Formats: sequence, structure tokens, C-alpha cells
Amino acid sequence: MRWRTNPLLGVEHLTMRFGGLVAINDLSFDVGRGDITALIGPNGAGKTTVFNCITGFYKPTEGRMAFARTGLADSNAVARLTASGGRFAGTPAGDLYMLERMPDHEIAWRARVARTFQNIRLFSGMTVLENLIVAQHNPLMRASGYSLLGVLGIGGYKTREREAVAKAEMWLERIGLIDRADDPAGELPYGAQRRLEIARAMCTDPVLLCLDEPAAGLNPRESAELNKLLRAIRDEDKTSVLLIEHDMSVVMEISDHVVVLDYGVKISDGTPTQVRNDPKVIAAYLGADDETENAEPSA
Amino acid sequence: MGAKPTDAAPAFFSAEAIGGAFRAALVAAGLAFPILALRAEPDLNNQLVLLNRWPLLLWAAGIVFVGHLAAQIPHVGRILKWALFAGCTLVLVWILAGVANSNLPLRGKIALFTLIAASGFFGLLIAAPCAPGTPFHDFQKRARAFAGKIVGPIGIVALFAFPLVMLWTLGPGGSLKWINNYGVQILIYVMLGWGLNIVVGLAGLLDLGYVAFYAVGAYAYALLSTHFGLSFWLCLPLAGILAAFWGIILGFPVLRLRGDYLAIVTLAFGEIIRLVLINWTDVTNGNAGLSSIPRITFFGLPFTAADNGFAASFGLEFSPIHRNIFLFYLILCLALLTNVATLRLRRLPIGRAWEALREDEIACRSLGINTTSTKLTAFALGAMFGGFAGSFFAVRQGFVNPDSFTFLESATILAVVVLGGMGSQIGVALAAAAMIGGTEILRELDLLKAIFGPDFDPAQYRMLIFGFAMVAMMIWKPRGLVSSREPSIFLKTRKSVSASHVREGHG
Repeated sequence: MRWRTNPLLGVEHLTMRFGGLVAINDLSFDVGRGDITALIGPNGAGKTTVFNCITGFYKPTEGRMAFARTGLADSNAVARLTASGGRFAGTPAGDLYMLERMPDHEIAWRARVARTFQNIRLFSGMTVLENLIVAQHNPLMRASGYSLLGVLGIGGYKTREREAVAKAEMWLERIGLIDRADDPAGELPYGAQRRLEIARAMCTDPVLLCLDEPAAGLNPRESAELNKLLRAIRDEDKTSVLLIEHDMSVVMEISDHVVVLDYGVKISDGTPTQVRNDPKVIAAYLGADDETENAEPSA
Repeated sequence: MGAKPTDAAPAFFSAEAIGGAFRAALVAAGLAFPILALRAEPDLNNQLVLLNRWPLLLWAAGIVFVGHLAAQIPHVGRILKWALFAGCTLVLVWILAGVANSNLPLRGKIALFTLIAASGFFGLLIAAPCAPGTPFHDFQKRARAFAGKIVGPIGIVALFAFPLVMLWTLGPGGSLKWINNYGVQILIYVMLGWGLNIVVGLAGLLDLGYVAFYAVGAYAYALLSTHFGLSFWLCLPLAGILAAFWGIILGFPVLRLRGDYLAIVTLAFGEIIRLVLINWTDVTNGNAGLSSIPRITFFGLPFTAADNGFAASFGLEFSPIHRNIFLFYLILCLALLTNVATLRLRRLPIGRAWEALREDEIACRSLGINTTSTKLTAFALGAMFGGFAGSFFAVRQGFVNPDSFTFLESATILAVVVLGGMGSQIGVALAAAAMIGGTEILRELDLLKAIFGPDFDPAQYRMLIFGFAMVAMMIWKPRGLVSSREPSIFLKTRKSVSASHVREGHG
């Protein structure tokens, strides 16, 4: 129940309209620090839209997304920051960010929310190693004196770059791609590309890692490896995970907390066991007898 | 390329093949009919009469018919390659014979002959179309890798030696054309190509108005030096800064645009700058341009016959070639500066961010890369090198007017980058040499006169041949001369990335 006691991200009354279409309607849920939270729901339920709002790719029509990067989210501090109109507040309890007010790259770099994409977005013409180095852009940029010192070859850039390579190597070992470090990312098989995208997101040192269907297109063995990797990210890297997934074997096995969406509305929220036994969820997935609830089964 | 798959193609000289060739000839005749078969000419009364040129049309159709049939010959690809190889060998021998029979001094003959023979035969050796798997093919592979490694350093040494070798072999009069028309002219385009390569090749932003920054640099030097008496060395950085500033001015409004839309706005920007230069007569003197711009000096010593001039100070006999040699070294150094800066930036986070931006902008944003500043630095740096080249242009010509900065110029620079292979430094240099040097050399092909008759002026056909070359490139080398990408960092082995994975950018 960490999402109640120590929420990392509090989504409140999130609404996203595209013209007349309401993709998300007054959605509220919490993401617990140190949890693997799964966001599930039938196709078209609005899961990816929620992701795009959290990571700043969409500006939500309404709603608040308070992100307590460090420490406890203090409701008074959240209220003060909301009233001040600012994006960030360093409170005694920890750093607080208002994600709905921040542009996407600042969400990634300042608030430390990393993401992957449903249709893999690797830099396919760059090597596997380069992909992981690009992910460490901001610290390296600072080390190179915003390129001014780096181009003249002064400053500690070389050392920092070696450290970045070491970190990339560590991740390549973990995802089993160390032998392919110098191959173009576009040449990797599908499953390896999925793993690389996760490693690339992890190279940005995120506090929250958002994965959009990480198990899509993986075979059972790769799925099991993914489960292991995600658990390691939660337990060893102390990074909370928010994932969209259709593969129930992944969702039920690894998540600590499941939020179910249907037609942009939250229909269930709880532990995997609670959600699995929720009649509303069963109705949404399998189709209810009720005429009004004829949602399609998930793909 | 290569031989056509024999199972799919109809058998040589079958009814099917002849029928196909006949259809192709008909299509060619239909397409060529309005262009070749009919010609309107004024007669004696100055009235237009329609002449027909049926033989020409028949020739065209016949050539297509025979060509179509010939394409069915088994292994035609290999035969063509070997024919091309033989043709190149003949041309090399013809050039060598020309050198041997020329009226150069003996030392010049020997120097030129050995140089051309050595590089030419080495080139032929590694370019020979041997079948894969043969021992010689393996040797070629190694030789090509070796050539790839040494071409950069050897090229730089050769470029530094070029004007002196030319002066030594051809004398001051004969070498002027080679140093000025070929050397300086090509190097200007190499530099412009390398500058634009940052924007188009690395960051993947299609810029059709690059000449605007060239113009800003040229006018910056012209105005600053004539009005404020600033020296070239002071104006050079100022011109670069001004051009970079205009690069950012252009960059801001187009940040959200991609692809075709970006291209159109940059095209318009180039035209706006040119129209401002034409119409703001108080400052730019309009179409008449700015003249009597101070010429280049050798760090204060003017290239004149005067007593305080360069020649007198160094005890040399005065010759206009001195200025041209100095200009050659100046543009060579500026171009190399562009190259070194680009190569270093590619290995820094900013360069990787440019390439990542070309690959996938959305992924960049998800990794915390500020795409706004990344794009603006690409525009600004590309523009800065364009500005440097512009002030060099002004100091070389001593005169600038808006006619030098038309869209055709932007298109030429872009063509250099695209033909070279986007992102490849050596490819851009080769493409500039081939495009600018190639069009220049066509002026001098007296050989063609021997074939087509004394009335034939090859210079008239420059653009046609150039067009053919472009089409051929796009068919056989669609990603440019050097299409593979060198990784900016590697763990164990440096492997080139094939062009099929590298994206071209979305604007």
C-alpha cells in the first residue's frame, strides 16, 4: 500500500480532451515510491495518453500531477506550489515538481521521469553504445563546458566520458548486449531493441521509469527476462516503475499496484489480486451482458 | 547493381525481350516527340516555321531499343563495369600521354607524370570490379581499407603542397588557373559544404537558404572594412558572429517546422536576405554592389609591386600569383578549421545530440535533450562557418553584389552535401571537388571537339552532363559517395554503420 503511504506521483483530476473527444476523464491515482505500478485497460482506454501527459508530450486540459522526486509529498507544500504557479519547490520534505507545467525535456532531466515508447524509438543509425551515451547528454554537456571547453580539449570531459561509457557498459552487461555494443541499434532483433530502450531510459538516472508496453512482441522466455530486469530496476536501482501492459503474465506477476482504465475513466485500483477479482474489470475485459458495457476484449 | 537475375529476365533475343524493347522504344519516341522531332525556327521573313527532325527521333528510339535489348544480355552488369573500368584506364593513359607530350619543363613533366600515374593506377587497382571471393578481391578489400585510412592525411599534405607544386611545374602564369579557378573555388565549396553539413548532415534540418549566411559574411566584411577600416582578421570573427546571429534569427521561427515546411521557410529566408541586399540601397548600394573592398594583405604587407609590398619585402619578383597562393592557404586553413571543429563537435555531447535529433526527435526529448537549443546551435554554427566563407569571398573578389547569392548557390551547396553523403566530411570534400572541379574541367575538354566536330562547345553541355551525373548518382549511390556513418565512440571495434539504418532527418 505504498501508493497510499508514500506516493511518488499524485495524479489528480487529470482530463485530456482532443477537440470533442475526451481521452481521459477526471482520472486520479497515485504511484507509490518503490512500486511497480501497472496501468492496464482495453485498447483505446487512454493509457498512452496518460503517459504522454505525465512525460510532458501532451499538455493536459485539466488536472494536477504532483511529483515528489525526493522525500514525502506534503499536501500543504503541494497546495502552496499550486497556488504559486511555479514548476518546482524545494520543500524541507524534499523536491516537488508540477509535471503539468513543465516541458517534456525538463520532466526527463529535472524531475527525472524517463520513458520508453510503444513503437520503439531507438536512434537506429547510431550504435548501441552511442544510444546509451546520448541518454547521458545533460551531465556530459555540463562536463564539456557546454561544448566550449570540450571543443578546445580542456576540462575534465574525457574522464566524465569514460565514466559514462562505464555506466553504459554496466547496463549492456545487465541486458546481455555487451557483445553488440558497436553494432547499429537498428540491426538488433526486436526483443533486444526493447531491452536497449529500457537501458537507455535508465541511463538518464530516472526516479520514475515509464514503460509503454515493454513486453509487446516478446516471446515467453524474453518476457520472463523482462520481469527479472524490471524487478532488479525496482529493487537494486531503487527506481519506481509505471508500466502499460497487455501481457497479464507480466502484470500480475511483477506489479505491486494495478490501475485499470476504461474509456478514460478509472474503473479499479488496488493490488493485483484485488483487481483480478473486481467484477468491473472482468466486465471491461471480457464484455459484460449489460448493453452499456460492451468493451472489446484486450488484444 | 550487378548482373540481372537470369531466372526472372526474359531470355536474350526471345520474342518477349524484343517486344519489351520495342515498347520501350515507343515510349521513348512518344516522350521525345515534342522535344526532338519538332523545332520552330524563324525563316527569312522572320516568321516561325515548324521544322521536323525525324532522323533524330529515330536515333533516340533506336538507342533505347538497342539499350533495352542489351540490358538482357547475361551478366550485362559485370560487362558494363568492366567496360567502365577499361574506359577509365584509357582516359588515364590519355591524360598521361597528354602530360608526356605537353610543352611543360621536363621536371614538371616528371613530377606530374609520376603523381598522376601513381594515384591513378592505385585508384584503378582498388576500383577494379573483381568478383567477390577471388584472392585479388580480398587484396582489394585490404587496399580499400588502407586507402580509407590514408586518404585524409595524404589529402591534407597534397593540398598544402598543391600551389607550390603547380607554381614549380607550370610557372606563375600557367599555375594561376589551377590555383585560383580550381583550388580556391573548390575549397570555398568544400568549406560551405562542411558548414552546411552540420545543419543538414548531422542535425538533419533541411536548409535551402544557406547562401544567406554566406551573403551576411560577405557584406559584413565589405561594410566593416570600407566604413570602419577594420582589418580582415578582425572582420573574420565578426562576420562569423553576425552570421551565427542571423542563423539563430532564422532558427527561432522554424523550430517547430519539419521537412518540406522547414525547407520552404529557409528558402524564403535566403530570398529575403537577397532582396534586402538589393533594395536597401543606402547601405548595400543595391544591385550595383559594393566595390573597392580592401584586398587581402600578408599580415599587413599588401600584395602589390610597391616597395613595402609582399614581394619586395621577401626579395621576390612581384607576381599576382603570390596573392592567389596566400588566398589558397587562407581558405584551406579556414576549411580545415571547419573540419576540425565539426569532427571534434561530433565526439562531444552536442554532436551526438545533433545526430540523435536527426534519428528521432521525440526520443531526444524523452531523454531530457533540449531540442530547441540543440537545433539553434546547429543553425548558428553552420551559419558561422558560412559567414567565415562569405568574408573570404569578399576579400578575394574585392567586390560583392547580390547576384552572387542566388538560390542556385544554395542549391549547389546542398547538392555538394547530398552527393557527398550526408554527415560524411570526406564525402563532402570529394563531392565539392567533383562538382565544382568537374564543371570547370568540362570547359577544357578539347577531346570532345575531336569527336563531335570543331563546333562542339563542351561548356554548353555542362549542366546537361551534370544532370546526367546526378541522376546516375541517385540510382546507384542514393545516399551519396560516402554513405556509411562512422560511430562517434566505440567500445571494442569501430564499425561503420550502413546507410540503411541511418535516417536522413525529417527536417
